[in-house]
Amino acid sequence: MQAWTDLILIAIVLTNLALSGLGSLGTCIHVMALQGVLLGLVTVGVQQGAVSLHGLVLVTGTVVIKGFVFPKLLRRAIREANIRQEVEPFVGFSSSLLIGTLSLPLAMWLSSRLPPIDPGVPSLLVPVSLHAIFVGLLLIVSRRKAVTQVLGYLALENGIFVFGVGLARQATLLVEMGILLDVFVAVFVMGIAIFHISREFDHIDTDQLSLLKE
Amino acid sequence: MPIAGWCQPVLGLLAAPLLLGIINRVKALFAGRQGPPLIQPYRDLYKLLGKGATYSKTTTLVFRLAPAAGLACVVLALTLLPLGASRAVLAFPGDLVLLIYLLGLVRFLTVIGALDTGSSFEGMGASREVQFSALAEPVLLLVMAGLARQGDSLSLSGIYPAVTAATWMEAGPALALIAAALLVVLLAENSRIPVDDPNTHLELTMIHEVMVLDYSGPDLAAILYGASLKLWVFGSLLVGVCVPVRTGWAIVDVPAFLAGMLVVAVLVGVVESIMARLRLLRVPQLLIGAGAMAMLALVLVVR
Repeated sequence: MQAWTDLILIAIVLTNLALSGLGSLGTCIHVMALQGVLLGLVTVGVQQGAVSLHGLVLVTGTVVIKGFVFPKLLRRAIREANIRQEVEPFVGFSSSLLIGTLSLPLAMWLSSRLPPIDPGVPSLLVPVSLHAIFVGLLLIVSRRKAVTQVLGYLALENGIFVFGVGLARQATLLVEMGILLDVFVAVFVMGIAIFHISREFDHIDTDQLSLLKE
Repeated sequence: MPIAGWCQPVLGLLAAPLLLGIINRVKALFAGRQGPPLIQPYRDLYKLLGKGATYSKTTTLVFRLAPAAGLACVVLALTLLPLGASRAVLAFPGDLVLLIYLLGLVRFLTVIGALDTGSSFEGMGASREVQFSALAEPVLLLVMAGLARQGDSLSLSGIYPAVTAATWMEAGPALALIAAALLVVLLAENSRIPVDDPNTHLELTMIHEVMVLDYSGPDLAAILYGASLKLWVFGSLLVGVCVPVRTGWAIVDVPAFLAGMLVVAVLVGVVESIMARLRLLRVPQLLIGAGAMAMLALVLVVR
């Protein structure tokens, strides 16, 4: 069980690296959906076979919302706002990928400095979540389009989710579902916002929004 | 010195051109053709050895020495590689660094040979070759670092015999990542398809082939044979990781190894048949992606 959980965590790292290096928005959304499904599997792995109604609801919620609903919302936003299928980074793909790779040892080091959590939790969990948070931050900072920033926000949130899965195994269903709902609403609102920005200004280049001072 | 250690260099020297034959055959099958016979590369080499060499007046001694010296380096690299559970002919702590630098030296010799011709095309090819290998070499170093940590040894003859089925059970994800990174390095270093097309002779798209345009006769034979040996070296690095058969009996280990090499050759042929060449700008991304996988493997192994 532990080996499988490790495998899924490594797959999550790979999806994050792919997100930092891929140039096509459509592929990025696919990767994001895959990451959502993997997150659900991690939740199963960490609970170690103890199947409860609580766990089941959380896993189903995660997989359905992150794996299917978010990609659908993002694709709709892209379609309605007529966004081109390129990512348009400030920092090049190669450099982003390099930064994403180098943040991996950093995440390892940081997690070794943190006090150990529950011994039943896989030791890779904390570094993977920190890496996801770094990559999310990188995507938010270094991409030009609002849609890619939403993707970055989702990667960041997924990192926090992984962290939470390890930290609060006993947390109530209500809190976790509340977080999921928050993110859902956030992505929904961002989708609408992107649509409206694109209707008002015929592009969603956030870099140029800073000029709207008056 | 054990006899078993000599299996690798002898097999390599004899069977390396066969890999190219297999790759070409697989590509022909995918294209619906019958393809050249498997021993065609040997025939080509024989034909080239019987011909005279033509040298341009602008070239110097460097151009004449480069093919032979390059071939010597690859042959030396071959003696560093272990096969199965046996030690290599040459084995000492740190020989993995020697292996990487011997391969680097081969490239350097090809590049100065190309620059010596004074042709602008060859200079361009040399510049591309160096640019891409500057990215491929760190990946190979990271891979070797990961394997060295996993096998707890600095010698290839200590690292590779330590990769067993038990290692795969224990550190499977790391080894799988290492194998994937090695495959990308193999394709890049041997100028196979996602990086370079070995068949193309269109000047602006070539990387490796353009550097050897001015060679003829025995020199070209040395270069072609050296290239097939290089493919053998990278192939056996990959097979050593992916085929964890380490019984210590040559009668089991050698066929397992050869079967692994066959699979690698078929795999390269399949990749060449189903993929298009990447744009030159995308190649660094591919190599950095391989570097990311090797780095992840290293982090997993060190943890």
